[in-house]
Amino acid sequence: MAISSSTVEPPAPAHPGWQRHLTKLLQPFLLLAPSGLWLVMLLVVPTVLILELSLIPGFRLGQPAGGYGLGNYLQIFQIVYLQVVLRSLYFATGATIACLLLGFPVAYWIAIKAPKRWRNLLLVGFILPLWTSSLLRAYAWITILRPSGLLNSLLGAIGLPGQDWLYRSPAVLIGMAYSFLPYMVLILYASLEKLDRRLLEAAADLGATPQQAFWKITVPQTLPGIAAGGLLVFIASLGDFVVPDLLGPPSMTLSRLIYDQFLRFRNWGFGSSLSLILIFAVSVAIALLIKYGDRNAAQS
Amino acid sequence: MSQTVTQPRNVSDTDTKLDVELRKVFKVFNGETAVRGIDLEIRQGEFFSILGPSGCGKTTTLRMIAGFEEPTGGEVLLRGKSMLNVPPYRRPVNTVFQSYALFGHMTVWDNIAFGLRLQNCHKSELQQRVREALQLVKMEGFARRYPAQLSGGQQQRVALARALVNRPTVVLLDEPLGALDLKLRKEMQMELSTLHRELGVTFVMVTHDQEEALSLSDRIAVMNGGRIEQIGSPSEIYEHPQTAFVADFIGDTNLFQGRVESSQQPHLQITTHHGLKLWVKPSSSWIESPSTEVVVSVRPEKIQVGSPAGDTPLNCCDGILKNVMYLGTHVHYVVELSSGETVTVMQPNRSRELPNLDSSVQVYWQAIDGLALPARSPEK
Repeated sequence: MAISSSTVEPPAPAHPGWQRHLTKLLQPFLLLAPSGLWLVMLLVVPTVLILELSLIPGFRLGQPAGGYGLGNYLQIFQIVYLQVVLRSLYFATGATIACLLLGFPVAYWIAIKAPKRWRNLLLVGFILPLWTSSLLRAYAWITILRPSGLLNSLLGAIGLPGQDWLYRSPAVLIGMAYSFLPYMVLILYASLEKLDRRLLEAAADLGATPQQAFWKITVPQTLPGIAAGGLLVFIASLGDFVVPDLLGPPSMTLSRLIYDQFLRFRNWGFGSSLSLILIFAVSVAIALLIKYGDRNAAQS
Repeated sequence: MSQTVTQPRNVSDTDTKLDVELRKVFKVFNGETAVRGIDLEIRQGEFFSILGPSGCGKTTTLRMIAGFEEPTGGEVLLRGKSMLNVPPYRRPVNTVFQSYALFGHMTVWDNIAFGLRLQNCHKSELQQRVREALQLVKMEGFARRYPAQLSGGQQQRVALARALVNRPTVVLLDEPLGALDLKLRKEMQMELSTLHRELGVTFVMVTHDQEEALSLSDRIAVMNGGRIEQIGSPSEIYEHPQTAFVADFIGDTNLFQGRVESSQQPHLQITTHHGLKLWVKPSSSWIESPSTEVVVSVRPEKIQVGSPAGDTPLNCCDGILKNVMYLGTHVHYVVELSSGETVTVMQPNRSRELPNLDSSVQVYWQAIDGLALPARSPEK
């Protein structure tokens, strides 16, 4: 560099070396700070608070707190509460199966049978309900399912007796399946759309009828999508509040029970332990989703 | 080694000579004609290749034999039986796909056993046949692997075993070696040839690689623009091309456009559009009358560079050497003739001193080495 003269000193660097080094070191933290703060304030701190409350048996707001103990967790093993947990699992499982049975044919048709230029339009049509509030959609189901509602009028028109649908389990299952079906269809579509059609040709070439090819090739090849869609619907249904609250009987599910413990019975201790159990169950489901979704996808 | 794998499914009708017949087969896709009236007869036990540039309809033809496409017109017969409305899963053929199309969620063993399980093959027989097929393609140690854990060449072998294990009447191979590198290609060519000889099953292979087709096949159909230009043995196709397209597509050649000047037995005189006078031997397949438009094909290896010794051959032209490529076993020359045409010459390397660039040279060849072909492919 020193072509002109050796006496000219090189210009001093804008920052001393250590300063640049420090900036480099801090950069990721600075970039992550806003979202990090958000997470800490709204997720980590509340979870820690809930964890503490859950360990104080029978904690009620405004009353002197007792000592720490596992009483809140043991309370769940009372038969009434176990029933609620089982019912929640039942609804989540039922909604998942319903979404799978309803969603697979639709996703299959859009991804494989429908003309290519229609596919996006059909998908948007399926996602469209997601753009309205879940509360509104639940109210819409009330008008359909109530005793003098659309469903009973239709049944009456074809000469069948009307049923009492609302505030019973079928209403909850219908509402949940309706709410989460678009997610299932989207995920299954993504999976089916990636399916290599040449594999189906190869199966036919080796003697598989279309039905055999479907069960031996299409379903196993889209298993990661089926698992992902199923777990997602399961997670969403397990934690859903709107549908069981508006369409089902009171205190039927875990989410409704938590709501009641906090706002009606003011038993924050028990409510906290129920919340943590729900968070734990959902976390396990998400862990399964990550583990099995990825491994199968990598294999195929 | 395992002749048992080789037996075709229908051993009873061995009196039938033809395994595959195509009769006036057409295929139209959305108004575009991919295959324009093909007639084809593939004999039992033959290694038959369909050769042509991409888009010539060769893969469509293979897919119609496999049953993935129904002909728009015409008929496909397998062992004399019409395959009209017979779905792929009821046809006695198995395909080796260009992409291999192995089932990623199954092990090598399960991939190969797939077809046998669908036939409700007895368990002990299934195990023996899968083991034999694995042996045949030298993949015994890989039964428990998944396709993703195999190299391209290994996947190719599994695809081959998966087709052969079902003992099909015809094995269809769609550019089977297209995805392999050159060395592996050569290796697999040898093995395909050996397999075919050992098994005696009819192989129908689609390829765009003329060398592959020439080295492996008993007979070749050269396709262009949805039509078959010529069917024949590799040497027939190479030595006696019937159309300018075949002469040009198979190997290298020099083509001279011209018209017939006079027919003086035993030779034919042709004047090229550049005014060059050439003598050729008349082709047996068609009669050239004077002023017929023709294309003369002369293979580079039939032309000599230098002064002719002894009798002067009928075709001898002056030119200027424009390029010399030393290829070790051969020397490749490009000579611009005084008439304006350019010829390429390929000569074995005889360790002689190479002539200088831009020097005047003479090129010559015998009349019998020139081939007059119709200027345009005959309409069928």
